[in-house]
Amino acid sequence: MSPAFLLSLIVFLPAFGAVCLLGFNRNNPRGMRSFAVTVTGVVFVLTLFPLLPMYFGATPGMHGIRLAVDEPWIGSWNIRYQLGLDGLSLPFLLLTSLLCFLAMLASWSVGKQIKGYLILFLLLETGMLGVFVALDFFLFYVLFEVMLLPMYFLIGFWGGPRKEYAAIKFFLYTLVGSVLMLIALLMVYFASGQGTAAPSFDLLTLATIGQGRADGDYAGLTFSQTFQLTGFALLFAAFAIKLPSVPFHTWLPDAHVEAPTPISMLLAGVLLKVGGYGLLRVAYPLFPHGAQVLSWLVVALGVISILYGALVAMAQTDLKRMVAYSSVSHMGYVLLGLGVWAMGDAGTIGRDHWRLGVNGAVFMMIAHGLISAGMFFVVGVLYDRVHHRNIDEFGHILGRMPIYSGLALGLFFAGLGMPGMAGFIGEIFVLLSSWNFSPTMAVLAALGMILTAAYFLSMIQRVYLGPRYIGPHPEGLSFALTKREGGIAATLLVLSIALGVYPKLALNVTEPALRRFVDNVDAGAEAARKSDVPQRTARNVR
Amino acid sequence: MTFERLLDDLIRDTVHVSLPAFIAELIVCATIVILLLGRLFGTDRIVTPRWVAIVGATLAFAASIGQFGEVFASGRSPIEHTALFTGLLIHDPLTVYMRILLCGFLVLMTWLTAVSGIPDREDGPDFHTLLFGSTLGALLMAQSNNLLMLFLAVEMTSVPGYVLVGFQKGRRQSGEAALKYLVYGAGAAGVLLYGTSLVAGTLGTASLAEIAMRMPSVVGINAGPLASPAERTIVLGSLFIFAGLAFKLALVPFHFWCPDAFEGASAEIAGFLSVAPKAAAFALLVRVVQSLFGADSGPIEDLRHAFGIGLAVVSALTMTLGNLAAFGQSNVKRLFAYSTIAHAGYLLMGVAAWMVAGGEAGLRGLEGLFYYLAVYVFMNLGAFAIIAIIRNATFSEEIDDYAGLWARMPIVCGGMAVCCLSLIGIWPAGGFIGKFMVFAASLSAGWVSPVMWALVAAAAINTVWSLFYYARVLRAMYLESPTDSDRLEEIEASPFANALVLALTIPVLLLGVFVEPLSRVTAFVARSIVG
Repeated sequence: MSPAFLLSLIVFLPAFGAVCLLGFNRNNPRGMRSFAVTVTGVVFVLTLFPLLPMYFGATPGMHGIRLAVDEPWIGSWNIRYQLGLDGLSLPFLLLTSLLCFLAMLASWSVGKQIKGYLILFLLLETGMLGVFVALDFFLFYVLFEVMLLPMYFLIGFWGGPRKEYAAIKFFLYTLVGSVLMLIALLMVYFASGQGTAAPSFDLLTLATIGQGRADGDYAGLTFSQTFQLTGFALLFAAFAIKLPSVPFHTWLPDAHVEAPTPISMLLAGVLLKVGGYGLLRVAYPLFPHGAQVLSWLVVALGVISILYGALVAMAQTDLKRMVAYSSVSHMGYVLLGLGVWAMGDAGTIGRDHWRLGVNGAVFMMIAHGLISAGMFFVVGVLYDRVHHRNIDEFGHILGRMPIYSGLALGLFFAGLGMPGMAGFIGEIFVLLSSWNFSPTMAVLAALGMILTAAYFLSMIQRVYLGPRYIGPHPEGLSFALTKREGGIAATLLVLSIALGVYPKLALNVTEPALRRFVDNVDAGAEAARKSDVPQRTARNVR
Repeated sequence: MTFERLLDDLIRDTVHVSLPAFIAELIVCATIVILLLGRLFGTDRIVTPRWVAIVGATLAFAASIGQFGEVFASGRSPIEHTALFTGLLIHDPLTVYMRILLCGFLVLMTWLTAVSGIPDREDGPDFHTLLFGSTLGALLMAQSNNLLMLFLAVEMTSVPGYVLVGFQKGRRQSGEAALKYLVYGAGAAGVLLYGTSLVAGTLGTASLAEIAMRMPSVVGINAGPLASPAERTIVLGSLFIFAGLAFKLALVPFHFWCPDAFEGASAEIAGFLSVAPKAAAFALLVRVVQSLFGADSGPIEDLRHAFGIGLAVVSALTMTLGNLAAFGQSNVKRLFAYSTIAHAGYLLMGVAAWMVAGGEAGLRGLEGLFYYLAVYVFMNLGAFAIIAIIRNATFSEEIDDYAGLWARMPIVCGGMAVCCLSLIGIWPAGGFIGKFMVFAASLSAGWVSPVMWALVAAAAINTVWSLFYYARVLRAMYLESPTDSDRLEEIEASPFANALVLALTIPVLLLGVFVEPLSRVTAFVARSIVG
């Protein structure tokens, strides 16, 4: 299979499936569900293909990209259909396809208007997969936007009581982010077109310009310091909304709580990661100097998110809302890991520490993708049975549903960062690296771990332990966990244990790409710092 | 040269050059005559007027498509700008491009009137005569090469428009709207006429081509800005001309007629008024700017700059006011009237960027404008067509009555989703590409004047803000449950209506995905204007 065909198939098969679903009879929900599950399953299998030796063993291209695809799309604007995979995008691609498959299986509880639901779900999957393989900034942007509308309807139509409010809030926040990204996108586009060089949307070329090592037509072109600061600020705001980081996080609890269970799984598991991925793929490589200068901001927002998210989570009485705030807290570690880039007068201090932090951040995103999806799923299972999520009205679930509780407790322990499980690895990497940047920040972040443990344990105590169940619908608890539900939870639990025990599963893939990332970005920041007045600063296009 | 010789040349030129290039307009004229004669001889009882209209529009469209190859097949080579009818009109790529757009629009428009049943059979000839007359005016606007022609074309577009707004006889609101439109229009026409006479009087010519040549001899002769009286007169005249065109474009502060006229008129006419005269007025604006400020001399470029920045400010005000006002509307037609105003603001960004930046970067503004116009034809007419179709089914144009409609009219509501998506500017709808292009052009014009950056910022904020009210329409359609579900039971869209909605919305999506072909054409058109 040629790379172009394979990657295009992965990205557009769900959209094609959505079109096929239009032809189904609306009174045949079973058929439509099986079809949609098959599509997501096939996509998952296809995303495993890049792991085959014939692809994975191949020597990567100049920028570490495998399976590179590069076709013209809009010639007059030099917009290209450019896809590819490297160690950074591959784990996210796998995570997305796996979670889509599992979330599709979890969609049995969605009853009304199943046809529309499945179509939007599949369109959403196309957008998510596409974002992780796009290497053209324009393509990245449009696929980022493709996720908006399906998600708006999925929350707004199939959501809980305050669904409309949550849906429009989600839409609005994300649209603000994408408009900011659009401006940054146009800025770099025009800045890269200078002299003989055609303006470009190619993220890899733009990265070389940003890092001051451009060659060919673009040789000698750099982005000025002010330009880098502005660009990074715009992109950071755009992705911090998506991640989300305090103070842009308020859409998240609403959206997560109101969304139906499978959509919460995808929101927490994949959509938040788009923010972190965007920082790593676009914001840092293109604007290393801006990232360097603003690293204190990234770290500060990270630590604030960790602490604030944990404190707010502790105060929640709604189980799903608590899990949602735990996501805010956990995404804070991602920011912290990315930001711990200490720069002294003589250059970066302890580049290995920063590399550790970046590795931790990426690992954290992968682990959180699995664990938070699992946590939302087990909360959903409980909600399907007793139709409420009030932490204070549970109790004794362990006794009533032992198998379910075992899986749920496993996932919650993974969430609180228990050693031996995936969440721990990411957190500890980030914490270790943050000491180098600022011991104060490290201490504060470590405090966050304690708070995390506190709210998870107190929740577990009130919901799963205790003498008896005190809430409404006790009869619902007698429905045992179905095989389908058990399978979904078990898959996620097993994966988070496997990654916790043997983190090299993920690190082996990500480490080379991130090593390259750290080296290049660091060198880029160094170059920008030294050349206060570059000879050929990208400016006016005229 | 004898008089006979002159006459011979004139006839030869008219018959061999002008008339063949003018074939689409002739077909439109012929359709008008047939419609009127039909009434005279009573053949409209035998052949339905709407079929005459559809056939006429389709033939005109086919004729305009026929010219496409002739102009664009020449590829990158510069093509001739042929002056028609002794220089009153001009035949160039922009003419052909606008002709295709407007004739295509006319086809869709006649299809819409056939589907929605406005007008009824009795009124058919009158209605279609006015519709075709107004379109003819728009076609002439897009190709006028003379200030006199400019004025006549604008009036030819407007006057049938006044009547069309008040076409629903006996409806108070319609009459009021028509009167309001007429009074404003007459005022604007006066201003426009005054502006053209100032320019023509100062330069001693009404021909746009001549004006372009004579401008350098008047502007910048004395040192300092606006030093000579002639220069001041020209600037004043240009201002008046811009004001007259701004009325057609419903730019702030000349927009007051727009919401009232749209609300009073039927949705079909609102759709017509929001597209045909505006598209033509943009083409005309580009021609006027090129003629007045196109010359390569420093003082003229300064003037172009100044006017460009003025347009940028107007553009920012227009989109902001349109969006803010749309937010509070409960009537869908009125909401989309304000949305139309806002979109005139976005479209104007392209012109402003062109005027401010000039050169290669400026061409991108024009390219974006023409691309945006093509998408705009489909998405805006689409929105109004859907309003008309829903009105026929539910007898309501209030947002609240749209609740839960999607279950009864899935294709129509899907179409509305695409139109709103496109109007917000979200890929894969074509509106995104148009917006992207004008944003890009304005951003690069920001290196010349930072005002353009402020404009981009304003447009970005407006884009986000506009989400609110477009989402309200979608929310009503999809997310809210109907208050009166029995009433919904009988609602159904006819297959013709569904087909029309698909014909209007599928191109919107195609223009978002397959950008290359049209963007190549619009880039060519933009280059031909300047080059």
